[in-house]
Amino acid sequence: MSASFNEAQVRQVAHLARLNLSPERLVEFGAQLSKIVGYFDMLQELDTDDVEPTAHPLDLTDVMRNDVAQDTLAVERVLSNAPDHDGTYFRVPKVLQQEDA
Amino acid sequence: MAVPRSIQAVLEALERKELSAVELVRDTLERIEQTKDTLNAVVSLLLDTALEAARRVDEARANGAPLGPLAGIPVAVKDNICTGYGATTCGSRILADFRSLYDACAVERLKRAGAIVVAKTNLDEFGMGSSCEHSVFGATRNPWSLDRVAGGSSGGSAAAVAARLVPVALGSDTGGSIRQPASYCGVVGVKPSYGRVSRFGLVAYASSLDQIGVIALNVEDAARVLSVIAGHDPRDSTSVDRPVPRYGDQLACDLSGVRVGVCEDHFGEGLDEEVASGVRGAIDLLREHGATLVPIALPHMKYATACYYLIAASEASSNLARYDGVHYGHRAAGAGDIVELYAASRGEGLGPEVQRRVMLGTHALSSGYHDAYYLKALKVRTLVKRDFQQAFEQVDVIASPVAPTTAFRLGEKLGDPLSMYLTDVYTVSANLAGLCAASVPVGLDSRGLPIGMQLQAAPFAEARLLGVAHAYQRESDFHTLAPPESIST
Repeated sequence: MSASFNEAQVRQVAHLARLNLSPERLVEFGAQLSKIVGYFDMLQELDTDDVEPTAHPLDLTDVMRNDVAQDTLAVERVLSNAPDHDGTYFRVPKVLQQEDA
Repeated sequence: MAVPRSIQAVLEALERKELSAVELVRDTLERIEQTKDTLNAVVSLLLDTALEAARRVDEARANGAPLGPLAGIPVAVKDNICTGYGATTCGSRILADFRSLYDACAVERLKRAGAIVVAKTNLDEFGMGSSCEHSVFGATRNPWSLDRVAGGSSGGSAAAVAARLVPVALGSDTGGSIRQPASYCGVVGVKPSYGRVSRFGLVAYASSLDQIGVIALNVEDAARVLSVIAGHDPRDSTSVDRPVPRYGDQLACDLSGVRVGVCEDHFGEGLDEEVASGVRGAIDLLREHGATLVPIALPHMKYATACYYLIAASEASSNLARYDGVHYGHRAAGAGDIVELYAASRGEGLGPEVQRRVMLGTHALSSGYHDAYYLKALKVRTLVKRDFQQAFEQVDVIASPVAPTTAFRLGEKLGDPLSMYLTDVYTVSANLAGLCAASVPVGLDSRGLPIGMQLQAAPFAEARLLGVAHAYQRESDFHTLAPPESIST
């Protein structure tokens, strides 16, 4: 497995992560991520074909509760931290691009 | 009178009316102010609510009303744990103006016990770092030597306790973030078992690893506070519903029945010689007082750091997707559409170490790499967990160093993130396996910097863990050493 990130790959990961990065940081991250992922490659030495994955340290199964309505935070308090809102809605720039007719 | 520093001493002084809770809170706030420029341990004060709470404790005491077990004790809280008053910034620009709307469960329980939340402490942004340098508020400095890091990510909490600004502080530990700064600052740090303390109100970094815990001056104080914050909370479905012992009353521990596991791999390449001899000296002390030393093997320990960083970064990339410039937090100006808004807000608002981990996690989870990285790490996690299950069939606790060195210089590892990650080599396994673990001071190196010993025990074996740690402190006095006052004031 190749551990080195070229600039296009770093840009692609930044896009997936929704991160605008400066050209300098893209270069810096490319070198650092290559080194770190290269270190991760040591895990490939281990034969884990018959090993179950552990996603969680506890042996919990689904935790259920009764479906009872409870008080939650008031809408105005929640919106008090929003960068922009309109009435009880969060306001954002346009989501869908306009299609040419 | 000199203001007492430990919880026990403070409670006695309050009880004897040698000191009022209001005087104590004023003194605490003043000391924090005095050390602001030197230590930078605290990022915000809860001035009004703290004085008001102190007044209520004094009134209750004067009226003979019932008092909680921590009545009047000032507490500092890491700034990724929500308080219903003031800000919770996580040390991040993206939350610089965020006002948290409710108390975390642990904070709620502390307040119910009469403790007074006085301040929020500095941290590596969102808990991501091992030095407390990755904060929008700048680095916290080590009270033992101002050119050294306090450790991370709970560096502000550890420095505040070490400098005797507060008797106790809350931290969070995802891969060592309580134990390593406690070790670097010469205080006690306890990471409870996964599920022991509710994570409700703890800002998520890596949800299968995060746990709230305690930093204090001695094991007794830590045990007392753990009893208050531990226990089931329906608002965190991973908090476990099992009884909480009164840890502070169960510390009596006869070392002659205790089996201490020692893994030679913990003392191999990369470990500073002075740290090695400090920790070996502490283990010998346990043996001299009756403990049986048992050699153990942890064959997958060398893979734990890689396994941990893959899982932590993957979970972080998912958890931190919520910082989108829409619901709360920083929003970049001038974005043309929603995707641009997300990317620009996150590019401006998240610091470099957080971005690096979000990138790593995004890569590890992305199509074509998921099986080779994320799934592989989950399988290795099973192997790490099994090593400990087998070890704890033979031993009660495992003793090791907390970190390979004592506190390093500010800036020393900032240019090389991997070298920073590798300082977590001894601590990450406990989070992978859900163990409880503690760091206790066991000496100073030749530069006068604290050395810590880590004790780890099986999940939910806190009583045994704290008992052994307390037994060590009964036979030694390293936990009573304080950094010279002249350094930080």
